[in-house]
Amino acid sequence: MNDFDDLYMEVILDHNKNPRNKGNIDKHTNHANGHNPLCGDKIALDLIIEDNIVKDIKFTGSGCAISTASSSILTEAIIGKKTSEIRHLFEEFHELVTTDNKEKNNLGKLTVFKGVKKYPARVKCATLAWHTLIAAIDGDKEVSTE
Amino acid sequence: MIKNDFPILSQEINNKPLIYLDNASTTQKPTSVINKIADYYKNINSNIHRGVHYLSQKSTEEYENSRIKVHKFIGSKSTKEIVFVRGTTEAINLVANSYVKPLLSKGDNIIISQMEHHANIVPWQMITKEKESEIKIIPMNENGELIIEKLEELIDKNTKFVSVNHVSNTLGTINPIEKLIDIAHENNIKIMIDGAQAVQHMKVNVKEINADFYCFSGHKMYGPTGIGVLYAKEEILEDMEPYQGGGDMIKSVTFEKTVYNDIPNRFEAGTPNVAGAIGLGEAIDFIENITIEKIEKNEMELLNYATEKISCIDNVKIIGNSSKKASVISFIIDGIHPHDIGTILDKLGIAIRAGHHCTQPIMDFYEIPATARASFAIYNTKEDIDKLVDAIEKTKDVFS
Repeated sequence: MNDFDDLYMEVILDHNKNPRNKGNIDKHTNHANGHNPLCGDKIALDLIIEDNIVKDIKFTGSGCAISTASSSILTEAIIGKKTSEIRHLFEEFHELVTTDNKEKNNLGKLTVFKGVKKYPARVKCATLAWHTLIAAIDGDKEVSTE
Repeated sequence: MIKNDFPILSQEINNKPLIYLDNASTTQKPTSVINKIADYYKNINSNIHRGVHYLSQKSTEEYENSRIKVHKFIGSKSTKEIVFVRGTTEAINLVANSYVKPLLSKGDNIIISQMEHHANIVPWQMITKEKESEIKIIPMNENGELIIEKLEELIDKNTKFVSVNHVSNTLGTINPIEKLIDIAHENNIKIMIDGAQAVQHMKVNVKEINADFYCFSGHKMYGPTGIGVLYAKEEILEDMEPYQGGGDMIKSVTFEKTVYNDIPNRFEAGTPNVAGAIGLGEAIDFIENITIEKIEKNEMELLNYATEKISCIDNVKIIGNSSKKASVISFIIDGIHPHDIGTILDKLGIAIRAGHHCTQPIMDFYEIPATARASFAIYNTKEDIDKLVDAIEKTKDVFS
């Protein structure tokens, strides 16, 4: 517990400090770069998608704690999932960080970002990795959250 | 306590007493300025330069009286040299479009510096693109000081204008503008100084420094938003094309021909920000009652105190170490993004700015995405800085 855990939950601090799935995949099938010009946050995602299922994902980039933790937790959450499930998950995640809608059935660990909705300026930090992920799935190479 | 003159500062943010250290973005407003604006709308509101009725004459008088205050505050030759604008950004756009653009031909250039605010970059890009001309950059050193000898090397026969800030909003650097102005004039080039971060901190006399153009914003000097000042030498303004067309900037209009008004009204089309101008006049009174010398002395003490304290914190680096600085400190903490610093400080009631401060070329120079920035005004105290230092330590604890 810390005095700031309405936003910076321990899980977020842990993933910021020790990001999971950091790195590149040389033989990726999908790739996208994400950029938040406002904060200078940058992320690059490499994925292996087979039969519409994410087999592997790795990320590189630099950003704030929220953006780094969001990227890290996202990678863990989506490995083995169908791309259609991932799109649905992003919708739920987006609702989590922007609305008070309570019904979240599939988010699991991703609910640690629920505090973000009280900080409108930080929503883009939490969603940059997701926008980049959807771009990678769609075959787009670049995404900018402006 | 001067803090008591600022009602907004007595509140709590996140259950902590507000410590406001984002003054380079905008300063808070003293009761006298707030009351003056309220009084204008309660008792005087009327359009200026138009009616023969009492209120219109009264508001015109108050508006023009503010122009006199500005003229005296910056030491211009006359009130004709003082144009009210929305702010520094509009002043630069006005000069770019009305003065510089007509001078530009293909292959010409304009010189700015590496530490400019986007407001002193983008308007020049817009006109140089249109005129197929280019922008040259006076570089800076690692301390965040301009390498002014380079200005002479950059100037060539196609250089048509120089525009440089007086004080960097990100680094706090006070630039040697007298030297820059001299170099420009030795080469028969006109120069504009962006004083948005200067006039609230130090005495500026436009006649003494011999600037051709000088501009600043009201809201960074305890005045309201939406009002600013463009100073330009009378002979330059006389020859300049209007910026916007409309009411009040004309003497007579027929469908065939319009005769423009005299300066400075020629550059104030439409109903201006009357309340803003009057509020700015009151802000000048506020500064002059304290005296700019005392403000400067207080702020320098705060800057030195903060610099010493912040330099002592492990893994914290100050960005911008010019030998001459205004009360602005940008800093970074190893491994912690400035936005996270900003959020933690906010939760402790401390308002700072985190980001690129509209100076992305400075961020690129230091190869950082952003900085945290604390900037001080007359109402800040050493206790505020002690709390800032404690909060930086707490931030490090959270992310350790």
